[in-house]
Amino acid sequence: MPLLKNNAFVQDEWSTLDDDAALPEGGKIIVSFPRLANDWDLLAKFPGVLGVKLANTDKIDSLAPYFSQLAIIVLAFPAFTDGRAYSLARSLRLDGYRGELRAEGNLLPDQLQYMRQVGFDSFAVNDRFPLQSWQAASHQMSLAYQRGLYRVAGEGEVWSQRHQGFAPWEEQPHAG
Amino acid sequence: MYRYDEFDHKFVAERTAQFRDQAARRLSGEITEDEFRPLRLMNGLYLQLHAYMLRVAIPYGTLSGTQMRQLAYIADKYDRGYGHFTTRQNIQYNWIKLEDTADILQALADVEMHAIQTSGNCIRNVTTDHWAGAAADELADPRPIAELIRQWSSLHPEFSFLPRKFKVAITGAPHDRAAVKVHDIGLRMHKNDAGAIGWEVMVGGGQGRTPMIAIAVRDFLPEKEVIPYLEAIMRVYNLFGRRDNKYKARIKILVHELGAEKFKSEVEAEYARHPAQSTEVDERELARISAYFKAPNYEELSRFAPRFEEAKRTDPEFARWAKNNLAAHLVDGYTIVNISLKPEGGIPGDATGDQMRQLATLAERYSFDELRVSHAQNIVLAHVKLEDVFAVWEALKASDMAAANYGLIGDIIACPGLDYCALATARSIPVAQAISRKFANVATQEHYGAVKLNISGCINACGHHHVGHIGILGLDKKGEEFYQITLGGSSSENASIGTILGPGFAAHEVPDAIETILNTYVKLRVSGEEFLHTYRRLGPAPFKEALYATA
Repeated sequence: MPLLKNNAFVQDEWSTLDDDAALPEGGKIIVSFPRLANDWDLLAKFPGVLGVKLANTDKIDSLAPYFSQLAIIVLAFPAFTDGRAYSLARSLRLDGYRGELRAEGNLLPDQLQYMRQVGFDSFAVNDRFPLQSWQAASHQMSLAYQRGLYRVAGEGEVWSQRHQGFAPWEEQPHAG
Repeated sequence: MYRYDEFDHKFVAERTAQFRDQAARRLSGEITEDEFRPLRLMNGLYLQLHAYMLRVAIPYGTLSGTQMRQLAYIADKYDRGYGHFTTRQNIQYNWIKLEDTADILQALADVEMHAIQTSGNCIRNVTTDHWAGAAADELADPRPIAELIRQWSSLHPEFSFLPRKFKVAITGAPHDRAAVKVHDIGLRMHKNDAGAIGWEVMVGGGQGRTPMIAIAVRDFLPEKEVIPYLEAIMRVYNLFGRRDNKYKARIKILVHELGAEKFKSEVEAEYARHPAQSTEVDERELARISAYFKAPNYEELSRFAPRFEEAKRTDPEFARWAKNNLAAHLVDGYTIVNISLKPEGGIPGDATGDQMRQLATLAERYSFDELRVSHAQNIVLAHVKLEDVFAVWEALKASDMAAANYGLIGDIIACPGLDYCALATARSIPVAQAISRKFANVATQEHYGAVKLNISGCINACGHHHVGHIGILGLDKKGEEFYQITLGGSSSENASIGTILGPGFAAHEVPDAIETILNTYVKLRVSGEEFLHTYRRLGPAPFKEALYATA
């Protein structure tokens, strides 16, 4: 699976750890949410960098205490029509999560901007589409009516621009 | 009415360019039909039985003469010279080529229109009272908040891949003409003692195969909180709505399975967890939009219109039409003209390009350049001077749009059915036409009084048969079409779902069955009682007996 970040394919430095696999000495590892909660005593002392992969049915309210320890959260798109991860991503960002937020699964280039707008900044995509398709799709609309979305240069919020004096909502880090 | 500013123009222009690229990629084979499907659907493009169908948004059913002319142009140039006004205040074209679609969207963008989110699993075109801003019983015009919701829901990145489609309806009047209780979200305006506007928020109504009446989650939501509160409802639905079975994916099923109290507490918890940072911009935007919906420059007129009265005296045909098709306006000397798109034997909601141009002309000349599409598939001129009504009627008559059956049995709501639709199990249009012919005599229709008849060609209920006073559902039994009749439905403020009377009928038997039902009502009604009230007083028994006992 190619990994798309900042409009380029890059090397994936993360490895996903099965629930029953032993913890390595270090490195960048992604564990499931149940394992994160169950093995927290052990994982809190992990010398490498830690991330978590959520299922679309995981209740994310209980994830906030771990935010400072997490460098990546991976959300799944089992089908491109399954939009739950958009709300999970937005909620995580609204809850204050500032690390990497990765979309993984069945993604289409035409969904890339939506995903970026709700806070995703890396994308494990399938290799059916060439890089140009992803690049072209990443920035199709320069305006959004909704406020508080993640934006890149050249994108604006209609309502904030109409009503001068109101800055767009909060600074947006990690807007891939 | 609302006009685009530079931002709205740019937004729709970019969206059109985006679709042009998507269609080109589909035509070249770069993306599959499965992948193209959600993209085209979010631009209103369906693949029907015989061709593509394009559904164009008419936000809250309001449009100008110029926009109506453009719809006529599209009908003539890209379709077969007609369009079909739908139960969601939209228009659809049934014979569209994929290659033409981007050009059509451009033609729409030229007149500040689009087809965004007229289909797909997203927030659909917002609907409202077709008499908004004109009705005598209205608290305030509901269209500013409808426009605010239109903008907020347009290409909402979080809510574009919902479990299922999502429909919002709004009423600013206590008498509900927008069917808010059978929508995913219904908003009804209230005013408190201080005169401030708040909204009753109802969730989980719907029709389809599981008809349900919405529950109220808030009785009086302050107006400035509407957008953040809707976000909370949408987020709960997006996360927890069922995705395992598309027939159980609407929000009504989630509300039903969680129970009203649990659903409410989930929404309130989400609303408390992610409060809006500020609603000040929403308020300013609503104020900006409201300025576009200021009342038109009415003339000061007498309530008594001598020319109008004289015309009624001398022309009984006009008098009959005026009696049935006009409604009370909030300003003296003005009236609401309801134009029935249900001529004898016609296809409910269809209008030709020429008829659309005539409607545009009448709006420009007599109704402050504004038209409405009603969810009953009719057209409304909302602000006509009584003294102009006769001239309007003469023009309508010359264009075959002067049917005097507004609100009567001939004013049939019907889905396109098996003549066009890939989902349908039976035809709707021929049944509507047969009933229309059976009751062609307007005097007969007046004899039966106010009655809503709705026909759906399948269980998905696009013809809203569940909420028709008389509902007809077309089904398929071993290759034979047959029609089930329900009675007692209503989409008004006292909403109810109709009850199935008994075994279905063959298509040719339906008009006689309807006549039997209506004659039974006439026999049993007390003076001045409408059909629905008689049914509610007596229940289905006498109607069942009349229909089936002798058979």
